[in-house]
Parts: sequence; structure tokens; C-alpha cells
Amino acid sequence: MEFFLVQALNGISYGLLLFMLSSGLTLVFSLMGVLNFAHASFYMLGAYFAFQVSTRIGFWPALVLAPILVGAIGMLVERFGLRKVHRFGHVAELLFTFGLAYLIDEAVHLIWGRSAVDYRVPPDLDGPLFAIFTSQYPIYRGFMMLVSVAMLIAIWLALTRTRIGLVIQAALTHPQTVEALGHNVPRVFMLVFGGGAALAGLAGVIGGNAFVTEPGMAAAVGPIIFVTVVVGGMGSLAGAFVASLLIGCLQTFAVALDWPLFFGLKLSQVAPVLPYLLMVLLLIFRPKGLMGRREG
Amino acid sequence: MNWKRFFLWGTTAIVFAAAPHVFTSSFALTLLTQMGSFIIFALSYNMLLGQGGMLSFGHAVYSGLGAYIAVHALNLMGKGAFVFPVTLLPLIGGLAGMVFGVLFGYVTTRRAGTTFALISLGVGEMVFACVLMFPGFFGGEAGVSTNRVVGKPFLGISYGPAIQVYYLVAVWCVISIAAMYALTQTPLGRMANAVRDNPERAEFVGYDTQKVRFLQLVLSSFFAGVSGGLSCINFEIVSAENVSALRSGGVLIATFIGGVPFFFGPILGAILFIFFVAALSGFTKAWLLYLGLFFVLMVIYAPGGLASLLLMHIPLLRARRLGRLALPYLLAAGASALALAGLIGVVEMVYHLSEVSGGTMMALAGLEFDAHSHTAWAISILLLVAGLVALRFAASFFAQRWSAVQLEMQGRAS
Repeated sequence: MEFFLVQALNGISYGLLLFMLSSGLTLVFSLMGVLNFAHASFYMLGAYFAFQVSTRIGFWPALVLAPILVGAIGMLVERFGLRKVHRFGHVAELLFTFGLAYLIDEAVHLIWGRSAVDYRVPPDLDGPLFAIFTSQYPIYRGFMMLVSVAMLIAIWLALTRTRIGLVIQAALTHPQTVEALGHNVPRVFMLVFGGGAALAGLAGVIGGNAFVTEPGMAAAVGPIIFVTVVVGGMGSLAGAFVASLLIGCLQTFAVALDWPLFFGLKLSQVAPVLPYLLMVLLLIFRPKGLMGRREG
Repeated sequence: MNWKRFFLWGTTAIVFAAAPHVFTSSFALTLLTQMGSFIIFALSYNMLLGQGGMLSFGHAVYSGLGAYIAVHALNLMGKGAFVFPVTLLPLIGGLAGMVFGVLFGYVTTRRAGTTFALISLGVGEMVFACVLMFPGFFGGEAGVSTNRVVGKPFLGISYGPAIQVYYLVAVWCVISIAAMYALTQTPLGRMANAVRDNPERAEFVGYDTQKVRFLQLVLSSFFAGVSGGLSCINFEIVSAENVSALRSGGVLIATFIGGVPFFFGPILGAILFIFFVAALSGFTKAWLLYLGLFFVLMVIYAPGGLASLLLMHIPLLRARRLGRLALPYLLAAGASALALAGLIGVVEMVYHLSEVSGGTMMALAGLEFDAHSHTAWAISILLLVAGLVALRFAASFFAQRWSAVQLEMQGRAS
């Protein structure tokens, strides 16, 4: 029971982090039709910026500054890169972000080196939050959940209750009409792309010190987010939520369990393959994903 | 028309045959051999992206798994378990690639477009994780090594010397190019184009788009497997790197740089890519950054790749107007050289400061300077900015001259 509860909490906090990433990706995809291949690289940038800022002025300013910086980079990328490629279609846009991921990864290699940096949980949040039977549950895990849930509510409110949110939703389906009504649709797209990048950056700030901040972190988490988006159904925010929690729990439990499987392999050794296996099985039995709307 | 075709294929064969006699160093021979097998790989990739409209992020799976099967077959032959000519080993790799193409293609080709791209990425990651999970068969991180000299030499061919391996690769390369070109002329090749351009209409004509994509992927994975088999003979080792996302990304970059809309584009791309990887990685650790930058610039400014840039000039060559572009090209080249020098200065200094221990003194292009000094930084940034500004002017001058020449040619034609 104790084992189950601890793992479930860990799985949910990891799943929520995955959702912070996949929600930004899904939003940008459903609004602009662009699959941002560099999304995980923005996550990594967030972690590195947070490391840099927190060594100078502290963790709390970093929590605000790092996502803003990453968002600004995202907007610049949209304005001076993506917008130029837009006329060549979605494949060109995808390829552009693919190349961008290479560039960001290499820039991180160049600036911060090839080994992990010492980005740590701040002392205020270091310690046990509560005890489950005999094991302590760290405050930072709780903080991660808090930030992700707060972010979710903020996005949902911004998209449904504010004027800019309504313009964004309208620009998704009827860009010409929205433009005719006097809104600057390219600027809306720039904001959306920058916002998606900032969300990834925020995930980087709180994920970078919970796990490890190293140049391989983008390549490690990137495919998992893409799988999450496919499993949830392309462009479905609710689907991404369910899939994130599902994959988060699946991986956390699998890593912790030592059940013997076939060929002398243990379940914990097969854990890295499970999300992909889930994706393959889902595609065979339900090609549109958990909550995907249309076949395409 | 026919003599033109003979001329083209004849020249290709002659270039392949003559290349090692023109570039005689052993380093050049290694490069040429790698280029040959990568050309097959890139062309097989373009069967998906260029002809079928399928953007795959996991194509290395088919060449890599083909290479693994080939390396085990070669090892079994070495033990005397069965007799098979090494010359035909790529066929084993190809068939193995095809089997995995049938297996994974059934899943990946269920969706098209962006979803296909993501699924291919997921399958690629899955295979990579599996390869590390079964070290008994795949050899873990170190990989499986082999010896390509098996059995008695046949007509003096043992594949011991590198030149014999080069000719093996060259022959397979020419045959594969011809076969893949022939495939584009078949009804399946044409239908793949139709499914790429307008899947809905293709379905109304009565074709199952999923089936067309599936068949195209299976054929493409055969050629990917052939290239895997050749690289297994060439390097005598197959490791997890052969199925990695880095390799899948590499073939995508090479194919795109060469030119996706043209059949011969990936050939150019493969040659340039191997040159980039092998030659540049010896000089600088930041080669991947330069390659990525080059790729991004190509995506923004030349989505048709190098092939489209070359083909743009053919009408001018015919009208004997190419000389009119010499001046703008010269200016653009000068401006790019300035910008590139500044960029290289900045990148190498950043790299030197972050990675190299032991002083901030560094050498670049025969110059020795302190990577911490303000002068070095100022000069590099100044070069970069000046180069970019100059490039801007050169580009607009080029565009002006280009449209003027186009107008002149139209005037002459009408």
C-alpha cells in the first residue's frame, strides 16, 4: 500500500510535468498546425536559464525570468524563421523546427559544456512535505504539482475568459475573418508560439532540478512528449492530459517493479520501451488516439 | 531521348569507376565508399519523403536492423555455418530491412502527414531502446564486430583491400539507383505521387492510400537494408548508433539539402553530407552546429535543395547569360565569407571558453589569440554584422540582376 501510494504520487507528478510539455505542444499544433519539434529543446533551455539565473539571484526570480526569456526566444523564432517558412507548408515548418532543435542542442553544448550542470532544488523547498507510513514525501514534488495545476487553470481561463483567448480561438478556425475584423493574426500566432515556448520553459525550470539538467535532457524527453500527443489524439488537450498521466504512471511503476518477464528481462528493464509499445498498440486498435477527433 | 538517357547513366557509371583513380589517398577512398552506401540510403529515404510525401524520423531502423542481420550472417559464414558470396550480402541486409518494413510499416503507414512523422519517431525510439535491451544479439553499446574476408578469394576478390570494397559499393550503388529510378516509373511510383499530392482524390479513383504508402515504405526499407548491408561490410562493425535517431535525422538532413523534389537530389545531398561529417568533424567539435545552421538556411531560402538551385541556372546556361550573374555571385560570395568568418570566430571562442581546459589562448586559421580578449570578440562580431549587412545588399543586387536577365530572356523568346 505504501509502495503503491508513493509510486502513484510520483507518477502523477511526472505525468503533470509531461502534461505541461504536451499541452504547449498541443496548443501550438492545434492553433497553428505546426508541430514544434524543438519543444523539448525549449524545455532544456528553460532549465539552463533557470540554472544560470538561480546561481546569480536565486530560484524565485528564475521561476519568472526563465520562462519569459524562453518565450521571447520563441517569439523571435516565429517572427524571423517560422513565418518565412509558412508559405512552403507544414512539412517545411516541421523541418524548420527540426533544424532548430539541432541548433539549440548544439548551442547548449557549446555554452554549458557536455556534462550536467549543478542545478538544485532551492533550500526553501528542500525537505519532507508529509509522511506516507514510513516514507517521506518531498516538498518539491508537491510544489511541482502545484505549479502545473496552477498553470493549467491559468491557460484554461486565459483561453476561455479573456478577449485575447477568444481571438486566438477564432483565429484557429477562421483566420481570414478574424483578420478582416482588424486583428493582427500573424501577431496572434507569434504570441501563441512564444506562449508555447514559455510553457515548455516553465516546465524546464521546475523539471530541471527535480531530474538532471544536462544536454541530453531534450533528446530524452522529446520522443516521450510526441508519443503522449499521438496517444492522446493529435490536437486534443483533454487527450493529452489523460495520456500524460497514463504514461507518467506507466513509466514510474514499471521502473520500480522488478517483476520477471521473458528472456530473463525484468519489467524495470523494459520500462523505456513501454510508452512506444503503448503507442503502437493504440494505433493498431484505435488509430485516432484516445480522444482524437478525426481520422487523417 | 534515348541517347540522352544512355549518356546520363554511362556518365554516372564512369564517374563511379574513375573516382578512386582521381582521388587516390586512402582517406578519399574511405569517403567515397561511405558516400556510395549513403547515396543508396538517402535515395531510399526520398522514396518516402519525396515520392510518397512521408516525413520519416525513423528511417535508420531499416538500414540499421538490416545491417545487424547482415553482420550476423557474415559471422555465421565466417564460422562455416553456410556458404554464401559476400558480394550478395547486401541482399540479405535488404531482405531483412524489408521484413522489418512490413512489420513496422503496417503500424506507421496507418496515418499520413504529421502523425506519420511522430509515429515513425516513436518506432525509431522503440527499436533503439530494444537494441540496448538485448545485448546478447545486438552487442549493447559496443556493437557486433565481424571480419569481411570470408572463404577463398573468387577471381582474386577477397574484399580485404579497401579498393575492392569501394567497387562492391559502387556496383551496388549504380544498380540501386537504376532500380529506384525504374520504380518511380511504375504505376506504384506514380500512385505514390498521387497519394502524396492529393490523398482524397487518389481514394476516389479507387486506390487504398494506406496500401500505397505501405508498399512504398516496404520497397524503401529494402534499399535502406541494402545500404545497411554495405556499411556492415565497409566498417566491419554494427552498433546501436546504426539505428539511432541521430542517423535517422542525418539521412533526413542529407536528403533535404540535396533536394527532395528531384530524383537525383539526394545523391548530391549524400555526397555533401558525408563530406560535412567526415571532413568538418576532424576540424571542429561544433560541426553539428554548422550543419544545423546550413540545414535551417536551406529550409528557409531553398526548400527545393541544391538540386533546385542548380536547375534554376540551366535556362540561363542555354541562353548564354550565365556570365551576367558573375558579378553578383562574386559580391555575395565575398559577403558570405565575411559573415562566415565572424560566425566561426564567435562559435569557436565560445566553445574554447566552455570546453577546453588549459588557458584561454587559442589558434584559428593560423592566428593565435586570447579567447577572453575584447579585441578578438569585437573583431569577430564586427565581421559577422558587416558580413550580414553586405549580404543583404548583395542579395537585393542579385535579385535585381536575376529578374533583369529573366526579362531579357523572355523578350528574346517572344
